[in-house]
Amino acid sequence: MAKLNLALLAILVACALGLVTSQHKARKLFSDLEREQERARNLDIEYGQLQLEASTWGLHSRVEKIAGSALNMRAPDPRRVRLVHREETPK
Amino acid sequence: MSVAAPMFVRLPVWRARFVLLALMAAFGVLAGRAVYLQAVDTDFLQMKGVSRFSRVIEVPATRGRIVDRNGEAVAISTPVKSIWAIPEDVRASGAQLSKLAHALNLDPKELEKKLLDTTRDFVYLKRQIPPEQAEQVVEMGIPGVFSQREFRRYYPGGDGMAHVIGFTGVGDEGQEGIELAFQSSLAGKAGSRRVIKDRLGRIVEDIESIRAAQDGKDLTLSIDGKIQNIAFGALKSAVEAHKAKAGAVVVIDVRSGEILALANVPSYNPNNRGKLTGAQLRNRVMTDTFEPGSTLKPFTIALAVDEGRLRPNSMIQTAPGRLTIANYTISDAHPSGALSVAQVIQRSSNVGAAKIALSMPREEMWDMFKRVGFGAVPALGFPGEALGKVRDWKTWRPIEQATMSYGHGISVSLIQLARAYSIFARDGELMPLTLVKADMPVAGRRVISAETARAVREMLEMAVQPGGTAPRARVMGYRVAGKTGTAHKQENRAYAAHKYISSFVGFAPVSDPRVVVAVMIDEPSNGQYYGGVVAAPAFAQVVQGALRRLGVPPDAPMRPVDLPGEGDELKEGT
Repeated sequence: MAKLNLALLAILVACALGLVTSQHKARKLFSDLEREQERARNLDIEYGQLQLEASTWGLHSRVEKIAGSALNMRAPDPRRVRLVHREETPK
Repeated sequence: MSVAAPMFVRLPVWRARFVLLALMAAFGVLAGRAVYLQAVDTDFLQMKGVSRFSRVIEVPATRGRIVDRNGEAVAISTPVKSIWAIPEDVRASGAQLSKLAHALNLDPKELEKKLLDTTRDFVYLKRQIPPEQAEQVVEMGIPGVFSQREFRRYYPGGDGMAHVIGFTGVGDEGQEGIELAFQSSLAGKAGSRRVIKDRLGRIVEDIESIRAAQDGKDLTLSIDGKIQNIAFGALKSAVEAHKAKAGAVVVIDVRSGEILALANVPSYNPNNRGKLTGAQLRNRVMTDTFEPGSTLKPFTIALAVDEGRLRPNSMIQTAPGRLTIANYTISDAHPSGALSVAQVIQRSSNVGAAKIALSMPREEMWDMFKRVGFGAVPALGFPGEALGKVRDWKTWRPIEQATMSYGHGISVSLIQLARAYSIFARDGELMPLTLVKADMPVAGRRVISAETARAVREMLEMAVQPGGTAPRARVMGYRVAGKTGTAHKQENRAYAAHKYISSFVGFAPVSDPRVVVAVMIDEPSNGQYYGGVVAAPAFAQVVQGALRRLGVPPDAPMRPVDLPGEGDELKEGT
């Protein structure tokens, strides 16, 4: 009888310790998840800011101005434009 | 003295019993208390316990992005911080205050004034600053000074796109344009959730989500950033060149009904709305109506042709260039003799149009105006869309019926006018418009037969040929068609003598129309005011740019357009 009790006690202690560790692990993982989600949010915000920056630098009026003034480019005369037709080929 | 013998005193039994009873009672009380706490008060206690480590936190939601049809961002929200303070709680030394003022780019005196006002328990020190700047302030650790997360909307498109997109207020809700029209789908809903935090403030467990945060939906506009830029640029230079008060332009895709560009001058920078005037804010394309003038002639003539009353080559006698109806004389700027129906359009003869109008029942004309969308909201969902005004036909007098044929006594918005022209560009169908990218052909509602539409298209093409009213609307490589309008402005219920609205509405390429473009210039005051001189060149510029952008193959030989000399161009009366 005493042996059985001792065995049960040992199992109980083991289970209790297991619970504690798994709880700890769960919390740790959750806090990691939380951190990653925060990172994802921040990256999303940064993506928005970069998009904003890209749009600002790539503003058509700005591109046109720089192309004209710094690079001496200009829109070709329509007479010098050749339009080619793309053949739609089924793959 | 003898040693006292130990005395055995027999204590009364009740004393032992008393002690025992007292101890039992004490245990009883403890047990009762335990039962009370465990069973009766347990909810309260558990709540208290939970509140020690669980926290409700806000989950912020961002407003949706707005992008143009090519995915270029035109409105994006990005987090910023606002610094606020409770003046009473602020404890800071003079050095700290000046450092704070420096960090916030504020005048130290102004800052001090704000903080001395202890009657208020909440003051914003500075709103919407970059997060890094706010970080500096928070690191100073001044008690009573806090930062709060907010969103600020940025508009990289600047003034060119301002009227389409509109803007949001400080509270991040739309106040103008698309931002207002699509407020409910763009706006995000902030959520909240309950979590357990540990000693270090890290979230270790999620208990429940009270309200899920919903980010606003992104919106893809039908606007093409490049065509928009071309249109805005052309409009701006036309308004400047003719010293006009204002101008508006709209470009519509004929196949899908998508609005490719919509611009107004004067405009404003939506990122910096310091001093805004009503004139700058006005979206003339949508919200202003005007008497369109001759741009309305094609509708009367289309009706006459469609009903079989006239053929494109039927002759109308317009000599002597005047027509008097009940004390009112309609006159032509260029008196001609007998003109064909097509020439009435080409030469923009008021007398011809009036005669055609008078040959038809009032009701039919009214019905035509209604069917092309005048006097009805274009239903874009845009705030402040104008109705325009088409009076009930029963109240029309003959003179009014006559003047309406050339666009007087009726008012429309530029967007209504551009849309109405789709019946000529689309073989008789009126298309629904959209500001959201659709990218697929849309079904229209038939207004006139395809043959009539093609016939009017030919007449409208004649109007831009030499000898017409708008040779300057021509574009190299493409056949264009359109009609000029030069209308006296109405002021105080009378027509102002020297104030005009010049307009041009047309489409291209004529062989298979792709875009409808409408240009309106308000009060050109640099000597010239004819639609063919003021508005048509801007139209040509926009068409050229838009067709190239859309990759539309040319349908005319590539010959430079020779600009008309003085004699080749007809001036029109309305």
